[in-house]
Amino acid sequence: MRDNPHSGPLNPTRRTFLLTTGSTAAATIIAACVPADANSAAGHSDSTAAGADGPNIEGAVPIILRINGKDYQLRVDPRTTLLDCLRETVALTGTKKGCDHGQCGACTVHVNGRRVNSCLSLAVMHDGEEITTIEGLGTPDALHPMQAAFVAHDGYQCGYCTSGQIMSAVALLKEPCGPDDAAVKELMSGNICRCGAYAHIVAAIQQVRKNS
Amino acid sequence: MHTFDFIRPADAAAAVAAAAQAKTAQQGADVRFVAGGTTLVDLMKLNVETPARLIDINRLPLDKVEATPDGGLKIGATVRNSDLAHHPTVQRDYAVLSQALLAGASAQLRNMATTAGNLLQRTRCMYFRDTAMPCNKREPGTGCPAITGSNRTLAVLGTSEHCIATNPSDMCVAMAALEATIHVQGPKGSRAIPIGDFYLLPGSTPNRETVLEPGDLVTHVTLPALRSGSKQVYLKLRDRASYEFALASAAVVITIAGGNVTHARIALGGVGTKPWRSPEAEAALTGKPANAANFRKAAEAAMRDAKPQSENKFKIELARRCLAHALQLATTS
Repeated sequence: MRDNPHSGPLNPTRRTFLLTTGSTAAATIIAACVPADANSAAGHSDSTAAGADGPNIEGAVPIILRINGKDYQLRVDPRTTLLDCLRETVALTGTKKGCDHGQCGACTVHVNGRRVNSCLSLAVMHDGEEITTIEGLGTPDALHPMQAAFVAHDGYQCGYCTSGQIMSAVALLKEPCGPDDAAVKELMSGNICRCGAYAHIVAAIQQVRKNS
Repeated sequence: MHTFDFIRPADAAAAVAAAAQAKTAQQGADVRFVAGGTTLVDLMKLNVETPARLIDINRLPLDKVEATPDGGLKIGATVRNSDLAHHPTVQRDYAVLSQALLAGASAQLRNMATTAGNLLQRTRCMYFRDTAMPCNKREPGTGCPAITGSNRTLAVLGTSEHCIATNPSDMCVAMAALEATIHVQGPKGSRAIPIGDFYLLPGSTPNRETVLEPGDLVTHVTLPALRSGSKQVYLKLRDRASYEFALASAAVVITIAGGNVTHARIALGGVGTKPWRSPEAEAALTGKPANAANFRKAAEAAMRDAKPQSENKFKIELARRCLAHALQLATTS
């Protein structure tokens, strides 16, 4: 990519084009949904004041979300779903928007350790709660065992549903679930995979269950 | 989604006071309580629900499952469906309720959805969910395109010329068979409503789904003590093996002595405009030998008044077989 002679301001690659338009879009969204965060990102202790001084959004509500172990002080329009807040306000885009109506599971995250559809939950309802997203599970150098098992078993094709699948699978480890594949399939039925990687996903989950 | 004020009341009385200013009753009201959000947020995104005020009841102390002095069970309004399904007492004494809960939705949704929210779950009728279409339930007087349109999944019991929308709940079907009581705190005080009196038939006012009045907050549900030795089964039939609404389902609570049915409570799901208790099936069974022929007679009695639409006639026989099979499973388990 770096060596591409056609890449540059006048010949954008697909990636630089998306990054440019993406940041424009993000700037617009920030006006409606302000990240007053900063505890983590900027390291300020006066983050509340920073949030209060931000763009004035009619009806915005101040909340604190503890996401992947860090506190984020935010001001959100009450209509903002937890999913949109994670992706657009906090810029954690690992959680995906599929159907946006609780029918596909791509948006699955953990709230206080339990898996939920973040698209059907309003961010304001989670003030003070602990959120875990795919970014909080592991790192590229130290994958969560479930992430490693999905790689080992080829539990995806396009990858769009994968973060939701993995968040569901990790939650499943702590839920009542019978030993056989049928029980795993039943408890994973809230996560749809259009590529049809289901057999590999079940194999990945069963391997982690066997090893734990 | 329309804008709304978001309120988190300090206690149930404050929640009721805030909701009492609503112009209409809870269903489709301008003031709404929110707990799990799995139905309400979904419908708000579709502009089917457009509350101007949202009252978050998640932090109210309504999340306990407790034994009652008379040997029954008290279930708080905000107990999550997954917690209720896996509660040891529910699994041991009210297996039909646990089975029904686990047959509904997905693991994620069950972690969010609550007892009271499930009681007030709204229909999946595609015309109700699409604001571009007429719908008597959503906009009274605009008509029911489902009657002449796509109605394969819609109701065959309790319908009217104004609405044939199916009640989608599994939990409520089990609660109907268990003769649950719904406890409500309202502007005029508290009251207890048997589940059989809680839901309204659509008639000419399908927009009114329950007897709830503005400000009424469901605080908990109670289940009576069960007769010792009762057998229970929830059987759900659907287009796919999991994560799908019922085409037909049956909740059975039955007691047998000396080969005869001494007591039966039966309710059907997926076929009615409300969770459908069937006194006809119960009467057909009580005092009779527990055998396949009598199970079939009970199933026929349950569906005697069924009225098919253009695409859903199959549901009548499906529901009969579902009930007969559920009775077979209950009595041989």
